[in-house]
Amino acid sequence: MRKSQRKVKDPLLISLIKALSEDRVTDGAAARRIYSKDASVIEGGRAGVICFPEDTAEVVKCVSLANEYDREFVTRGAGTGLAGGSVPCNDPIVIVTTRMKKIIDVDIEKKIAWVQPGVVNLDLSNFLKGTGLHFAPDPSSQQACTIGGNVANNSGGPHCLAYGVTNSHIAALEVVLPDSSIVQLGSIEGEARGYDLRGVFVGGEGTLGVATRIAVRLTEDPPEIATLLLDFSKITDAAETVSQIIANGVLPAALELMDRNVVAAVEPFAKAGYPLDAEAVLIAEVDGLPDGVSHEVGIITDIAINNGAREVRIAADEEERERIWKGRKSAFGAIAKIKPDYYLHDTVIPRGRLAEVIEKVYKIAETHDLVVMNVFHAGDGNLHPLLVFDARIPGTLEKVKKAGEEIVRISLEAGGVLSGEHGIGLEKQRFMSQQFSERDLEAQDALRRSFDPENRSNPHKVLPTGSSCGELNSLNEIPEGVWI
Amino acid sequence: MKSMEEFREEIGDTSFVSVRGGGTRWNLGGPLREGTIIVEAPKGVINYKPEEMIVRVGAGTKLSTLQDDLSELKQEVALAGFSESTVGGSLAVGSSSHRRARIGAACDVLLQADCVGADGKQFVAGGPTVKNVTGYDICRLLVSSLGTLALIGVVTLRTRPKPEIGVWLKGELDFGEIANCCYRPASVLYDGSKTFVFIEGYEADVEKERVFLEKVGMTVMDRALEIPPLQKGETKKDLNGGFLDLQTGDVYSNDANSNIEVSEEVQRLSNRIKQNFDPTGRLNPGRKPH
Ligand SMILES: Cc1cc2nc3c(=O)[nH]c(=O)nc-3n(C[C@H](O)[C@H](O)[C@H](O)COP(=O)(O)OP(=O)(O)OC[C@H]3O[C@@H](n4cnc5c(N)ncnc54)[C@H](O)[C@@H]3O)c2cc1C
Ligand SMILES: Cc1cc2nc3c(=O)[nH]c(=O)nc-3n(C[C@H](O)[C@H](O)[C@H](O)COP(=O)(O)OP(=O)(O)OC[C@H]3O[C@@H](n4cnc5c(N)ncnc54)[C@H](O)[C@@H]3O)c2cc1C
Repeated sequence: MRKSQRKVKDPLLISLIKALSEDRVTDGAAARRIYSKDASVIEGGRAGVICFPEDTAEVVKCVSLANEYDREFVTRGAGTGLAGGSVPCNDPIVIVTTRMKKIIDVDIEKKIAWVQPGVVNLDLSNFLKGTGLHFAPDPSSQQACTIGGNVANNSGGPHCLAYGVTNSHIAALEVVLPDSSIVQLGSIEGEARGYDLRGVFVGGEGTLGVATRIAVRLTEDPPEIATLLLDFSKITDAAETVSQIIANGVLPAALELMDRNVVAAVEPFAKAGYPLDAEAVLIAEVDGLPDGVSHEVGIITDIAINNGAREVRIAADEEERERIWKGRKSAFGAIAKIKPDYYLHDTVIPRGRLAEVIEKVYKIAETHDLVVMNVFHAGDGNLHPLLVFDARIPGTLEKVKKAGEEIVRISLEAGGVLSGEHGIGLEKQRFMSQQFSERDLEAQDALRRSFDPENRSNPHKVLPTGSSCGELNSLNEIPEGVWI
Repeated sequence: MKSMEEFREEIGDTSFVSVRGGGTRWNLGGPLREGTIIVEAPKGVINYKPEEMIVRVGAGTKLSTLQDDLSELKQEVALAGFSESTVGGSLAVGSSSHRRARIGAACDVLLQADCVGADGKQFVAGGPTVKNVTGYDICRLLVSSLGTLALIGVVTLRTRPKPEIGVWLKGELDFGEIANCCYRPASVLYDGSKTFVFIEGYEADVEKERVFLEKVGMTVMDRALEIPPLQKGETKKDLNGGFLDLQTGDVYSNDANSNIEVSEEVQRLSNRIKQNFDPTGRLNPGRKPH
């Protein structure tokens, strides 16, 4: 890290260096540039001093100094957030957790692992290989994103359909509150008494304090897995299949849909065996004990065929299963090759309205002369319309923004919500009052104020504040290895 | 069915007020302050969408009525209670099922709640979809808040497929041996000398696991184990007629320990929450959720 060459150093910088060490604190221009953005479309963030604590005590020091100097702070994991959650406003202290990456303890019998927040999601999964256990939330960004970020955004992933999103897999948290006190929320031995403070911290988007140690619950690896690839000549048939699978009492481990544009982009280099003439491809995965798995495979197959599936392919072995998933997982990289820029949306709608809403999404894109690709967690109605474009062409960004607003509107009209997994951050604040009344938002603010009465931890986010920070602007590079 | 508006009017904006469900845990958290108005939440199933795995229901509906309705379409909600318990009471208490290790906790069940706040105004927490990270999760705050932050009128709950069958077995195996015989057992409870296992799922799978467990000395019970309420925050190993859940660490017992303390920081944070949601302390006065 670059040492500051400036003659007069900011007293806050000096104090932070004293508290941590010179090589782990910087306000250099290059670092400030890097840490002013995340993976979202938000530009215009401004980082103050950036620090890299290694343990809870150091986080306490950073937060104490924020209080002492009356500065805001923002916690940042890997910066893969898609809603601008870790984009700094007002030159805050940026607390980066990437050096807090110890897997502290794994208790196989209790199925609990204590980790520091900077542990990368996939690193934990790899570490657990061979133990018969895994951490269920598998966001598509799992090669890069941190468990702290997963906690803050209550992240989901393809396999969260049956197993639940991050909140269901967090037993306890050690948190440094915005006033710098340390608190343990939740419990690893039975349910904690009183208000569910653990439950509300998860999904708090970094506005309620810094998670410094996380006790994650581990899930048993299933004895049997069946991965099915279903292809359809109409996307509406695929969507109907999704609804009927759920209606028939089958809750697959994963149920992912890709439309024709995605298949066309992915297949040439993933060679997953997706039929190029399909309008939609559905990946369904069921797991558990053998009889249940084969029973559910039967139900899914029947439903798919009744809804016009042209082919139902069941992965014959692990290699084929991996190939099917590889196609899904490389979707993002493949799409990025089509146009330089992207804007990924994340609304949720009732599953029964998937077909109709997807049709509308295509229409919106067409009206604005944009390319839209759909690759999403269909099983829980979590849409991910991905607008790909070239921001250098004048007027394009405005069209993208407009189309985005319309996608949000039709999702809410269909009885849906603003975000399924990416959070509100800066990106969707302005839509909050379309989903919630003023009184609803007051209740949310009451919670926030309880954790952070001085509005110091990642302020300007989630609730509409009136103050603006950052603009929906040009878009970033895709973090390596991530998929949508 | 009582409307939200009627519920709101009954609650008003000044008097001390509490919602009574089935009264099965009426004194949990301390006795209610004298002179408190007692109201009931709307009752009845409003809209059940099995294909969405959600149900919208008045919080005053009996939990058993709801479970009966859902089971007709082979679904259930992951809440537990006694025969008179209401949906709202189970949520306010936050009672997870003894099957929590397999089906999830009570706090994951509530998707949306139409409530009345201390100011007498109606507000909505959460959203009607099964996946949602829009804003702060006030639903999680309401579950186990014992009606001290807002009063719950109508809720949307997550349903789940109901397993085909379930079987209780008992014996003297330790947890490791049981884990070798079955995949994700719903309950593994210990009463200080015996272990009780509940396995559930598709019939053919459960049958095979039953055979495994019987081979290693467990015997099938001819009726379901009776389980007392879960005691949150309890970690005692002296079980005295109660059970320790070997998978989750939960304790089920009839003797509630009122001396369990939460940490000073948790208490401070909880007090601030109560103060911000109910500055005059009119909601369920006398009850302390911790
Ligand atoms: C291609 C791509 C695919 C994606 N796919 C998915 C997906 O499938 N599912 C999904 O849910 N998300 C997905 N995301 C979004 C993103 O990866 C997740 O939200 C992820 O959990 C963020 O982790 P991070 O470490 O990058 O956090 P950051 O982006 O650094 O931060 C995210 C938020 O968390 C806060 N935060 C971070 N660490 C802490 C901490 N220790 N304590 C308190 N607050 C903290 C920050 O302040 C910020 O508000 C995807 C992103 C990309 C780019
Ligand atoms: C397996 C199992 C596990 C259980 N776990 C627990 C447990 O962890 N702890 C425990 O004490 N009991 C537990 N119980 C008991 C169970 O939680 C209660 O019996 C029941 O669900 C309470 O419902 P009720 O309608 O009788 O509530 P009531 O006894 O009428 O009310 C209980 C409390 O909730 C409040 N309340 C009720 N309705 C509302 C509403 N609509 N809005 C706001 N507040 C409301 C009341 O004011 C009161 O303070 C368990 C039972 C079983 C079978």
